[in-house]
Amino acid sequence: MTWAPNTVDATHFYLQVYWWIIVAVLAGLFLLMTFVQGGQSLFHTAKDEMEERAITNSLGRKWELTFTTLVLFGGALYAAFPLFYSVSFGGAYWVWMLILFGFVLQAVSYEYMNKEGNLIGKGAYKFFLYFNGIVTMILIGAAIGTFFTGSNFSFDPVTKILQWGTASDGFNLRGLEAAIDFRHGAWFNLAFGVLLFAVARVLGGLWLINDIDNNEFPELIARIRSTIKKCFVVLLIALLIVLYGLITMNGYAYDIHTGKVTLEAGKYLHNLLSFGAIPLIVLLLGLVLFVWGVFVSAFGTSTKGIWYSGLGIVLIGIIVVVIAGLFGTPFYPSYADLQSSLTIQNASGSKYTLEVMAWVSVAVPFVLAYIIWVWYQMKKNGPITKEEIVDPESHAY
Amino acid sequence: MHVDVNMLEWARAQFAMTALFHFFFVPFTLGMSFVVAFFETIYVKTGKEEWKNITQFWQLLFAINFALGLSTGIIHEFEFGTNWSTYSWVVGDLFGAPLAIEGIVAFFMEATFAAISFFGWKRVSKGVHLASSWLLAIGSNLSALWILIANGFMQHPSNEFGNFNIDTSRLEMVNFWKLIMQPVAQVKFLHVVSASYTLASVFVLGISAFYLLRKKHVEFAKKSAAVAAAFGLIASIFVAVIGDDHAYEVTNTQPTKIAAMEGLYVGEKGAPIVAIGIPKDVPALSVNSNDQTWAFKIELPHLLSILGKHGSDAYVPGLKDLIQGNPTYGIWPLSKLADIGAQAKADLLAYHAAKAKGDVAGMEAAKKDFYSVVWSGPDGLTLRKCDLIGYGYFKNVNNPDLIHPPVAPVFYAFHIMVALGFWFIILFIWAWFSVVKGSFENSALLQKLAVLSVPLPWIATSFGWMSAEIGRQPWTVFGVLPTAESVTPIALANVQATFFLFLVAFVILGIAELKILFTVVKHGPKGAQ
Repeated sequence: MTWAPNTVDATHFYLQVYWWIIVAVLAGLFLLMTFVQGGQSLFHTAKDEMEERAITNSLGRKWELTFTTLVLFGGALYAAFPLFYSVSFGGAYWVWMLILFGFVLQAVSYEYMNKEGNLIGKGAYKFFLYFNGIVTMILIGAAIGTFFTGSNFSFDPVTKILQWGTASDGFNLRGLEAAIDFRHGAWFNLAFGVLLFAVARVLGGLWLINDIDNNEFPELIARIRSTIKKCFVVLLIALLIVLYGLITMNGYAYDIHTGKVTLEAGKYLHNLLSFGAIPLIVLLLGLVLFVWGVFVSAFGTSTKGIWYSGLGIVLIGIIVVVIAGLFGTPFYPSYADLQSSLTIQNASGSKYTLEVMAWVSVAVPFVLAYIIWVWYQMKKNGPITKEEIVDPESHAY
Repeated sequence: MHVDVNMLEWARAQFAMTALFHFFFVPFTLGMSFVVAFFETIYVKTGKEEWKNITQFWQLLFAINFALGLSTGIIHEFEFGTNWSTYSWVVGDLFGAPLAIEGIVAFFMEATFAAISFFGWKRVSKGVHLASSWLLAIGSNLSALWILIANGFMQHPSNEFGNFNIDTSRLEMVNFWKLIMQPVAQVKFLHVVSASYTLASVFVLGISAFYLLRKKHVEFAKKSAAVAAAFGLIASIFVAVIGDDHAYEVTNTQPTKIAAMEGLYVGEKGAPIVAIGIPKDVPALSVNSNDQTWAFKIELPHLLSILGKHGSDAYVPGLKDLIQGNPTYGIWPLSKLADIGAQAKADLLAYHAAKAKGDVAGMEAAKKDFYSVVWSGPDGLTLRKCDLIGYGYFKNVNNPDLIHPPVAPVFYAFHIMVALGFWFIILFIWAWFSVVKGSFENSALLQKLAVLSVPLPWIATSFGWMSAEIGRQPWTVFGVLPTAESVTPIALANVQATFFLFLVAFVILGIAELKILFTVVKHGPKGAQ
């Protein structure tokens, strides 16, 4: 442990660490909430109208929470690490635009899908949900992959000139090189994308098993179980590729006193082993919980798997983001110009802003508490039934 | 890559398009969430099923709109990063913080309790449900508060809460309390929410009148109209009262905006308001009398001085004064502002050059100069060189008319908004009296006017927004950060492509929304006669 700050303002540094941990927690919660996107990729398991509406209604009550988590994730990054907001969104332009486009389409689909007069027909809205559930998830994964493999930019803090390396003067799809430039880790980014999609799909299945009445929809639940099992194989393969990449790749490192960025073999493995290997232990705990959830609900008959896997994925998400940004690691590295890489120190807001926001963060546990309470209120009377779906008073989709 | 003017205009168009689409749904959400909570409160108090039907009907319309509001909102948030990346880095502390707080304290409240309010009718107790509907309304309105605090900063970035840090070359927050309590943001918030309540009231009144004209769902329509008339009367009067405060704030913080709003080229004591007119966009320095710049006008004498400066003979500067200066009233010419701004910019570069060389004395000298006071006011306010650095980046000192917004669009947008605002007051006074007398059901003329008025508040709110934001030009942060310096350096074709991508999506989804709304309105509430 060498990162006690000597030459930087200690309070500022610890606030930056604190905010990175908050970002990590939000990322973990967002990953959990992507069960909505994963569930959207499972519409094909429904064989009749009623089964399809069971899925729509189950997910349709939760999608806003995923959406809100994403908005807060953006807001927290904006306030705490504004240079990331500037460089990544302005730089990797098309990745983010296409990700957002998927959410734009998703936001209306539940409400409009089964309503009379919806102009483009139910099939179109279902396609939007598939798009958001599959393409958007893979793109988000690829975007997160660049936190490890790096991006192609340079930035001058005084003149504020941002150069995105591959960009030509015409239409250039800049940002999408994350998924197509195999010299700079596109294989890792894509594997990350597939992993994220597979995780979401498994979580989506586990959620539906929990939230839809198993007695009324036995065939649907059985089909979902068998789909999760197949998807779990894909998940394991993608996971192996990602873990292999994380452990073997040259990671980015920086000196917290001078800010100088260097390449370091096995950097992310070192990070996992920092602090008495606590990150590694938590990561493994998360993996065990995740697999246990899949085991009891996909291979067994329990409906509770989502809670284990959900907690597991939150822990995994937190650790992945923590090792990407703490322990002297630039969280948004540049392979074009190492010294332009973004760190929690050079990308952060001022000390005062982080202080103010730290006070505001006191509200977060209260927010989580009322979300859990509302969640409980909505679930305490049991899973979604046919009766509720056809009841005109239940605002069912 | 350089920033070309064409790209800047496309980036602005993209942002304006998203903002306008988003702003079709925002005021409806802010107002209807309360309307639904009112109806539900009456239902819970009376226990009568008909009020439940009323609540659920309006809630359905609300929910259909809510979805597209979220859809347009998410792209809006991230566009600050994708297309305005320099802006996001330079002012991210002051602008990002309110956005993050909005997410934490308001947006989650809105989205979480929306789930109970929409889907929980049979899953939770009446009391919990009612509380959720109220929390949804309060959450939505709190969202608006934080967004308008962020926007207020863009309109009037006082150095009391923001300071340009020479080390980081950014504008950073120095006083959070003053940021959230800025008067510009507070009056803006009250103006926007009360306008939203007016909008929702006009909508409910208009749809109810539509049913009455067709003699359908009469009891439902009478009850809905009564609530809408009362809410609308209070809200529409409040909009005007607070709008007056708003005008006062604008006059004293954004002189170029108010001058453009009123087409005032040459400053006057006892300046009038042009009630109706056709202004011309002309080079301000060529104007010698305000009579030259109108194709036609009807004036209300002294009113601008009274409203904007609280004195019937008070002086209000015109665009020409703001460009060439007016020593009598202590107004500096643009050339002087640009000169000081250029000095600040030179100090900033000198500081960083010295820093790179490790020249501590050079850094100190540049820093001292950068923060030196160039003006102090009687009430302790000061202006430092660094506060004017934006003028150093303002590229068109040779074309000084680019320092103020275009007159005609701002004038029309503002005046049409005001005229519609007055119409809503008349409509609601009329509606309220006829509801009290019990004659609303039989007044076909009033009903027809109410139906015809349904689209008008959307026009008023959009025009209000346009007059505020076009009126802020050519700055993203007034007087501090020019719009041209805020934009992401990216090739034009990408901005055009995303512009059309989102335009097509929003148009299709917007039409779908309207079709669904019309279908629901055509079917009417269930259980109503």
